[in-house]
Parts: sequence; C-alpha cells; structure tokens
Amino acid sequence: MKFGIVVLPGSNCDHDALHVTRNILGAEAEVLWHKDTDLKGVDCVILPGGFAYGDYLRAGALAKFAPIMEPIRRHAASGGLVFGICNGFQVLTEVGLLPGALMRNAHLRFASRDIDLRTEQTDTPFTSELSAGQILRMPIAHGEGNYFADDAMLDDLERNRQIVFRYCDREGRVISEANPNGSARNIAGICNRERNVLGMMPHPERCSETLLGNADGLGVFKSIAASLARV
Amino acid sequence: MKATVIVELKGSVLDPQGKAIQHSLASLGFPGVEDVRAGKLFRITLADSGQPRPEVERQVRQMCEKLLANTVIENFSYTLEE
Repeated sequence: MKFGIVVLPGSNCDHDALHVTRNILGAEAEVLWHKDTDLKGVDCVILPGGFAYGDYLRAGALAKFAPIMEPIRRHAASGGLVFGICNGFQVLTEVGLLPGALMRNAHLRFASRDIDLRTEQTDTPFTSELSAGQILRMPIAHGEGNYFADDAMLDDLERNRQIVFRYCDREGRVISEANPNGSARNIAGICNRERNVLGMMPHPERCSETLLGNADGLGVFKSIAASLARV
Repeated sequence: MKATVIVELKGSVLDPQGKAIQHSLASLGFPGVEDVRAGKLFRITLADSGQPRPEVERQVRQMCEKLLANTVIENFSYTLEE
C-alpha cells in the first residue's frame, strides 16, 4: 500500500499529508513532483492543500497543465484512488475529475477555523471506516470553498449519492448557519460517480493525531488504508 | 492581431464580489447603482501568423474554453482587431 503526495509549485500541506500517511498511518508514502510523468506505483494519489501556481487566474486552473496530471487522469480512469484536499479539491474540479466548481466564499473573507461535518456516505473507499451520520470536527482554511453546481447537477449528485460530507452544526443538523462559505446544499466534499475520486475542503491531515488535540481526520486515512488492504 | 477576452460569471451564478462593490459605491454616495457584476478582461497579442481570421477566432475560442474561463460558472466573449 503506497500513497503518493503531489507537490505542485505552491502546495503547502504536502508535508502534513506525508507525515500522516507515513508516520501516523504507518504506510509507505512518496512525494510526486509536478514535473514527474509517472506515479511510481502509488495506489492512492493525494493532491494536498496550498496555492498551486499562486491560484493565478482561478484556484486550481493552472495546475491542470502540470505534467503529473496526465498519469493522475489515467490512474483515476482505471479505478485508482485520488484524494484532493482543499486546493487539491479545487484542482480536481478544474481538471474535470469532479463536477462543479469552487467559488469565492460568499462572505468574501478567508475562513480559517474549526467546523463540523456530517458523514453522508460510508460506501466510498475514503469513508468506509466511518459510521453513517458521524460528525467530524475539522479545520478549514480557504478563500474559495464555495461549492457551486447548477440545480440539475446538484440533483444528480444527490441521486448518485456523491455528496460525501456536508457542513453541519454540533448536533449534526445541516443548516445554513453551519455553512462557512456559502456552498450549495452545505457541500463540503464530493466523490465522482465511480467513487474512487474524493475532493473535500476541510483538512483531515491537520487533525489526525491526539497530540494535536483532534484525531477526527484519521478516520479518512484509515478508510483509505482499509480499502487498499482489501484489493 | 489583438484579441480582447471578457470572462464573467453566468447570470445564474451569484456574484458576492460584485454585490460588495455595489454596496461600496452606494456608501460612497452613488445611490443609483442597481447592480454590479465583476469579471476579468484579457488583452492578448497574437503573432502575425498569416492565418485566416476564422482560424484565429477558433484558436481564441479554444483558449477561452480550455483555460481563460471555467465554463461551469463563467461565460466568455471576445473581439479581434488588426
């Protein structure tokens, strides 16, 4: 079982992801440079948070032309796991591996705080070790996390059970007061139809050890490990 | 040849930035501003390739679709001049 952490110019959560997968999860993990053209045999690609290419033009827009993206597309097409966190989620929508777009936060401010998430789907390789409806506390840190898709696309996501995480209050109620950025239908994370690509705005890699005061994020990485162990 | 490309949010997409600008204009003493939509403008200088205009136009459209606009949320328009 091997994780690959993609380093784009401007990635800044790559070491956190590397630390969690390698030192907390105890898995093999390797750095994938944006100019690399093969994935070094990794099973799960992680696109970490940050500001790839300075977020110029639009967050994630320029990353789609990085040489590493072509093998990532092939990996995803053949069923391999791809996990985008924060900026990584933005990249995945720009690349077209996930539907919709992430826009400027509705209140126009950068949001950096802890929020609560409700686990909506557990039959994905990223959430199989979580329980349905499980509430997770995770940090967010983004200026462009306002998920947008038109109504038809949102209905499609609901129908195909692709909405994996929603912002909620401490009791798990999905209400607009718990929505930190204006995301449509409180969406915090979605997967593709085939369920092997996940993008989410909150940062599980920043809350995966009790030493840091919160290990709610570890369940996501444990799920990935369990899914990879099954194949 | 020069291309001028305008990229703006689709009408169905809320533009909080435009709204904030509209409110700022109102508080600056311009009460008549009914709406503001913010967008992006690109001035692109193209080398003279001798290609016919429709071909140049096709390329500019591709630039918009592939990079300059995210067509999930944005529309684009362009003009070409010698």
